[in-house]
Amino acid sequence: MTTEKMTMVKAINSGLRASMEADSKVVVMGEDIGRLGGVFRVTEGLQKDFGDHRVMDTPLAESAIVGTAIGLTFRGFRPVIEIQFDGFVYPAYDQIVSQVARMHFRSSGKVRMPVVIRIPYGGGIGAVEHHSDSPEGQFAMTAGLKVVAPSTPHDAHWMIQQAIASDDPIVFMEPKRRYWESGQVDTGSTDLPLWSSQVVRPGRDATLITYGPMVKTCLASAEAAVEDGLELEVIDLRTLSPLDLAPVVESVRRTGHAVVVHEAARTLGLGAEIAARITEECFFSLEAPVQRVTGYDMPYPPSRAEEEFLPGLDRILDAVDRALQES
Amino acid sequence: MNDPFDPTTPDTTTDSPPVQLLTPAGQRVTDPDYSYDGDLADVQDLYRDLVMVRRIDTEAFALQRHGELGLWPPLLGQEAAQVGAGRAMRPQDFAFPTYRDHGIVWCRGEDPTYLLGIFRGSSLGGWDPADRHVALPNIIIGAQTLHATGYAMGLTIDGLVGTGTPDRDAAAMAFLGDGATSQGDFNEALDWAAVHQAPVVFFCQNNHYAISVPLERQTRVPIAQRADGFGLPGVRVDGNDVLACHAVTTAALQRARDGQGPTLVEAVTYRMGAHTTSDDPTRYREASEVEAWKAKDPLERVATHLRDEGVCEEWFAALDTEADALGEHLRESCQRIPEPDLASLFDQVFVETTVELDQQKAEYVAWRDSFEGSVA
Repeated sequence: MTTEKMTMVKAINSGLRASMEADSKVVVMGEDIGRLGGVFRVTEGLQKDFGDHRVMDTPLAESAIVGTAIGLTFRGFRPVIEIQFDGFVYPAYDQIVSQVARMHFRSSGKVRMPVVIRIPYGGGIGAVEHHSDSPEGQFAMTAGLKVVAPSTPHDAHWMIQQAIASDDPIVFMEPKRRYWESGQVDTGSTDLPLWSSQVVRPGRDATLITYGPMVKTCLASAEAAVEDGLELEVIDLRTLSPLDLAPVVESVRRTGHAVVVHEAARTLGLGAEIAARITEECFFSLEAPVQRVTGYDMPYPPSRAEEEFLPGLDRILDAVDRALQES
Repeated sequence: MNDPFDPTTPDTTTDSPPVQLLTPAGQRVTDPDYSYDGDLADVQDLYRDLVMVRRIDTEAFALQRHGELGLWPPLLGQEAAQVGAGRAMRPQDFAFPTYRDHGIVWCRGEDPTYLLGIFRGSSLGGWDPADRHVALPNIIIGAQTLHATGYAMGLTIDGLVGTGTPDRDAAAMAFLGDGATSQGDFNEALDWAAVHQAPVVFFCQNNHYAISVPLERQTRVPIAQRADGFGLPGVRVDGNDVLACHAVTTAALQRARDGQGPTLVEAVTYRMGAHTTSDDPTRYREASEVEAWKAKDPLERVATHLRDEGVCEEWFAALDTEADALGEHLRESCQRIPEPDLASLFDQVFVETTVELDQQKAEYVAWRDSFEGSVA
């Protein structure tokens, strides 16, 4: 085992590098990703080592980034796109939803769209408007797209490589508030397939279901709950579409209590789908309604209000209390 | 077409005269920059394509009226633009057509039955774009201009531009209408193609209407002139003159393959029919305008020219027989297009399917098969 401590930025960078070394058809494209190395430096050094044909600084036009990536797939390329910030993806929405997601289906399975759309997403970094959105649900509800969200440097390092190797189009949600946090990365191998959820902390009293930036928050909540004598199980979904709910179902049948946590707004967020599926699969084990701890149904607020807006430890534990009191 | 009550209405039609090599009366004329280099047999081949493409269109229109197709977007009047451009392409080039570019699909060699399948509601495409280098027709206006640009960028990366090997150097072709020039995607495509000097030709069939909205409500300047601001050449060509369309496109494609960058071609033509079979063009344009364009018919002028050159009536009659056979093929093949099987569509969403899709497929199949007399 060759583990190395690194930030998530570095973990994705080394994952991209490994994919580019393994397959000369992998190209990386986006705004400011070449010479600058990306505004978050995720692509640092790649253009120098792989050339400007494989690491393309694009004009500032998100629809064109995705649209030209589609054309590149017709020549057998595997484009990895960087959308600079979550809130900048909407100009590309048509190309993603009407073209990327449908090309395989439109061609009766003849055309493949091995496109990875990387999106630094989520709040908590004190940013200006359009730099803290959580649009994962909009892509997860789009038939023909797959969506994943790593929460740790190790997962980010391997999931980006697995996503690039996939022949289906994948929206890769990167929790930008965790970019600069370090973790151990086993650069030799990983034991988790891309389409799998994972129990990251075992417990018996209630199940916290989350992904991306909120995994760390939920783990901290579970740690704090120990003082109250509660053992909370935490599940990192990792894949948002398709969902891998087998670990969730197994857990909720045991604990009888489920709390879903995400930054995205509540109404029709992923929590709604997860709550529905838990109801379908675990109805007779549930001792209380499924709780949701989410962002509120408003556009992302001014950053000085984001601590109140984002789910935090107290709101999560409060939801756990509600679930336990109702049973 | 201009609004006489609006002094700010621009005239988008009278810039530089379009390149023309064959007049509506069937007279060959010269142009200082472009010439058609084929011989008489080549012109006969182009005429054959024009006749066949028109037959596909009229046959499909009739099939829609008989209830066999749900919808059909007629290309009537635009045959020369599509045949001229389509026949200028080489096998290694790649076409990105729209839903009205039946003539492009024909020139690339795909069976037009696939087009019937799309508008019958039996399929969303049918063919493999890799087979004959023609993408599935795009219905989202302008989206395909970016796909063509990306493909062209890929040609550059693959070193297939400017090598001087005629059978190797390749280009991409984006087809679009005048309506698409208002879309952001088209403008982004022109910008990117110019910046990257991508080997792509944007072939715009200016048929003067985006459904009901006339050209002067879509652009302040002639479409070809839009290229100037992006830094690529723009050429206006008589879109009803198959020789001129062939000559201009041949030159633009060669320029692209040679590594000299993209070109915007504006083929000035006219949509003689409705936008689709669901449209009523009498609500937004005058009969006199349609009559004026009828006199510029893209087929008549070639027929006149061929007769002047001594092509005999037997040849024309044989061509009619061939077109009749194509019509019969389409009528028959339309009946044989298989009904879409919803169960199998579940398997075509992804390369690697999902548990959810498998579950929903099983649910659907069980429900379907629960009925008395079901196939299972």
